[in-house]
Order: sequence, then structure tokens, then C-alpha cells
Amino acid sequence: MNQFKLSILDLLKEDARLTAATIATMLGAAEQDVVAAIAEMEQEHVIVKYATVINWSKVDDEKVTALIEVECSPERGRGFESIAERVYLYPEVKSVYLMSGAFDLLVEIEGKNLKEVASFVSNKLSTIESVISTKTFFILKKYKQDGIIFEEFEDDQRLMISP
Amino acid sequence: MITREEKPQSLVERPRDSGMEQYLAANARAIQPSGIRRFFDLVSASKDKDIISLGVGEPDFVTPWRFRDAAVYALEKGKTQYTSNSGMLELREAISGYLSSQFKLKYNPDNEIIVTVGGSEGIDLALRALIEPGDEILIPEPCYVSYSPISSLGGGVTVGIETFAEDGFKLTAESLQAVITPRSKVLILCYPSNPTGAIMTYEEMLPIAKIVEENDLIVISDEIYAELTFTGQKHVSFASLPGMKDRTILVSGFSKAFAMTGWRMGYTCGHPDLIGAMLKIHQYTIMCAPIMGQIAALEALKEGGMEEKDRMVESYNQRRRLMVQGFRDMGLECHEPQGAFYVFPSIQSTGLTSDEFAERLVKEAKVAAVPGNAFGRGGEGFLRCCYATSITQLSEALERISVFLKKLD
Repeated sequence: MNQFKLSILDLLKEDARLTAATIATMLGAAEQDVVAAIAEMEQEHVIVKYATVINWSKVDDEKVTALIEVECSPERGRGFESIAERVYLYPEVKSVYLMSGAFDLLVEIEGKNLKEVASFVSNKLSTIESVISTKTFFILKKYKQDGIIFEEFEDDQRLMISP
Repeated sequence: MITREEKPQSLVERPRDSGMEQYLAANARAIQPSGIRRFFDLVSASKDKDIISLGVGEPDFVTPWRFRDAAVYALEKGKTQYTSNSGMLELREAISGYLSSQFKLKYNPDNEIIVTVGGSEGIDLALRALIEPGDEILIPEPCYVSYSPISSLGGGVTVGIETFAEDGFKLTAESLQAVITPRSKVLILCYPSNPTGAIMTYEEMLPIAKIVEENDLIVISDEIYAELTFTGQKHVSFASLPGMKDRTILVSGFSKAFAMTGWRMGYTCGHPDLIGAMLKIHQYTIMCAPIMGQIAALEALKEGGMEEKDRMVESYNQRRRLMVQGFRDMGLECHEPQGAFYVFPSIQSTGLTSDEFAERLVKEAKVAAVPGNAFGRGGEGFLRCCYATSITQLSEALERISVFLKKLD
């Protein structure tokens, strides 16, 4: 990946709403080059999606999130790939990571309430054949996500005008 | 014992009016509040939360955590004492190493560097150490607002040298030569420039250095924005020019490049004789810079700290391009600032003065920027906009200014 594309990614990671024209101005590049680079990265699945980071605790429609450590037995020839696929296809599952250490998969689940998450773990996740055990940790509060701090103390506290 | 007849005249004949102003020294009475302060009062009075400010001359980044953490840890360890008057030796050594690697300067940490309370103290020390009543202080303008008042406080006579947008707001040898008299003693340079963003190259500084030498001037070189250069042209310190090191007092600090404005950490470097005199003033007035700030500054000069700085500089560069293009798109002339974090567009085409434009812009478009005339000669007809603000805010500010300009047509 060249520096030009990396710079574009850095800017889009901060603000996905930036237009190609604005990015081009900011990087001192031609707009068509930015458009082409973005298209290429979308094509290659480097840019997967343009999403919004939401602080759900500020919204009435609060959700329950849990992190689940999953221990499982790998399959001959495919390792953890097929089990991971079994897990990530469920819409409740927000992320799945293969981990080193005491367990194998770290699964992030989002549900409407505690009961829904508990039901998913016991009825769906634990019943997958190669799953040996699960440990569920509910997230009580999110302080920082994807490099973004949710608290408001980092607001601009500078004076309106200064020398 | 002093008899009544021997008392200075001013004490005997102090006017008896009702206020306390009569007690003030004449030169303290004479200096005016800065133009920026006047505009600050106007903006503050509005109490409008929706105003976007392009008037703040400081980074919008909070001091990187690793510097803050170093200071917090130092406090936890009970580091709360005085340091050497010149500042911690470890910090002076780090500053020496940093200036050597970044700007090819060699300063001895033992007797050529003082850690100051911000760059402003460094400028004050330098001027107080140099000026005698009647000395002329030559200052290219538009420039930072403090130089002239501090010179006046020392009894100096400030001589502004106007610089022009068509020259990229750079000082020329001709304009410098034109103002020199036998009383000329000090030249104050500030490149990269606040408020214009101008920088000067090695080749452009050479003829200035020649005049400095021929006329036996001392240069106070304010290089607080040295790290903030954007067009591939690395900052050249005036002290690095042939024969200029001994004639230059370099003033810099951590406020701008390392996002440490509130810490008030600066430093000044120069010939041991000059630094020795400045150190006397510093030790009798300030004693030493605060230790926790010095520890944070030390952290800033380490490898990780320099990476934080590079990240911020890259971000300023992106915003700079956005602002210059934005002003040009709305039809305002805007020379390309190559350093600092200000753009200085011309608003002459609107027919308004800088004051009128800035005041109406706050009231009608809710964007605060500083009138160019606050920075002295050559600033009238311009507006200083600091782009150390988020892209979202900058885009919104540009949109508001554009709408405001259309209404003026």
C-alpha cells in the first residue's frame, strides 16, 4: 500500500463523510486520483464499509454487548476457519477474532437485553459441535472505541481568541 | 539619607487625581493593550456559543498523553523542587541534541541555553538584556503583537519594516537597509511567521545576514514555529548562517509544535555572554521554569514525542491546503503560507477595513478571526485565520465566510 492510499485511509477513518474533492485538497492531489484510489480500495475490500461510531449509551434504544471467550477444537485441514464462519454468520455477532492464549475465539455479541444475549450463548453458540466451553463478559460501559473517547472531557477548551 | 531636594522630580510632582493610574510608571501607562485583546473582548461580550473561532493561536490537540503522563508520574514521585536556574541539565542537553539534529545548530548546554517560561519570557529576557534607552529595535511587520510593547518597556524605539504579500511577506535586504540608522541595535525575526505563515530560505536570509554584520546588529530570532513548515522547505535557523551564531539569540519553545501552550515551556540559546546576562534577569525574576513542565518537555524530545509532533504537523498541513483553497475559491487573494498554522487572506477586494470585516464576520457569520492590522504595518486589509481546528469546523467556517462574502456583493 502506498503512502497516498494510507493518507486517504487515515482521513476516512477519522471522518467517512469527507468528499473526494476535500480529501484531494487536503492531500494536495488531483480529485480523480483520489476517486480512483478509493474505488480501487473498495474493490480490493480494503475499505469494507462506511459506518458511524455511535455512543449507544446516549440513545434511549440502549443495547447490551458481551464479549465471549470461546474454547473450541479445530478441524483437520481447516483449523478454526469453519467454526469461525459458523459463528460470524449470526447477525447478533458483531465481531470474531482468533486469539492466542487460553481460549481460541473472542466473540462480540450485541443484543436488545441481557436475556437475549444469554439465550444466544446457551442455545446457539454453546451448541455448535466443536465448541468446548464459553465464558461470557457483559460490557458495562464503553469508554473508548476504535480510538474514539466517548466522554466529553476532550472537548475544545481553548479561549475564543488568543494571542 | 535622601533629602527632599534630592528626590527624583517625578515622585515630588505626582499628580493627585482620584484614580490609581498616577502611580504607574510612564512606560507602563504608555503601552496599549494588544489589538488581539481588544478583539477578544468584543467576541467574549457576544457570549454566542455558536461562534467558530479561527482566532486561537494554539493547537487544538490536547498535549499528547505521553508528555502529560511523564509530568503526572514525576509529581507522584515527589519531583516538586526548584531546578537549576537555567533549567534541568538533562533537558538542556536534550534541547542541544534536538537543535543539532533538526537545525544543524551547536549550543553548549552548560552556558548557552536557558529553559524559560514560554518563548515570550525568552523574548523579554533578550530585549531586557540588550536595550538601552533610545536604541532602535527593527521589526518586520506584520508580526507577533508582543515585540513592540516589550521593546518600549525597555525604553527602546521600535521601527516597523513593512513587508508585502507580493514578496510573500518576507523581509528584503533593501527594506532592512532603508531603516538602519546609527541607533539601530536589534533586529527581531520571526520565521515561520505569525501571522502570515511566511518562511525564509537560506538564500533569502544571506543578504539579511550581510546587513546585520555590516551594521553590527544583534538578531533575536523567534523560531517558535520552526517545526511547522509544509512545502518541503525545512526551517533554516538564522543562527545557522555563516557568522550569525554569535549575533543571534534564538528563542523557541514547546507550545506550538508539541501542543504544550499552557505548560509555558520555552528556551533561549545564544553566545555565553548574552545568555549569561539574560540568566541574571531570569534568576532574579522567574528563578526557574516549573519542574513538571520541564519533565513533560523532556519527554516531548524523546523518540515517541517526536512522532506525536510529526502526526500533528501532517494534520496541520492538510488543513492548511483546505483553507488556502477555500479562500481562493471564494475569490479572496491568499498567498500560500508555508509555515506556522495561520492563513492571512486579503480582504481588500471587499472595500472593508480589517476591523470592519472582522467585526461584521463575527456578528453576521459567527466566525471569529483576527483583524490583520492588530499585527502592525502591512496587516491592514488582511485577516488572520488559525487553522488549528477540526476539519468539520474549518469547512463550516469557510462555508459561513463564503455566504457572508456573497451578501457583501
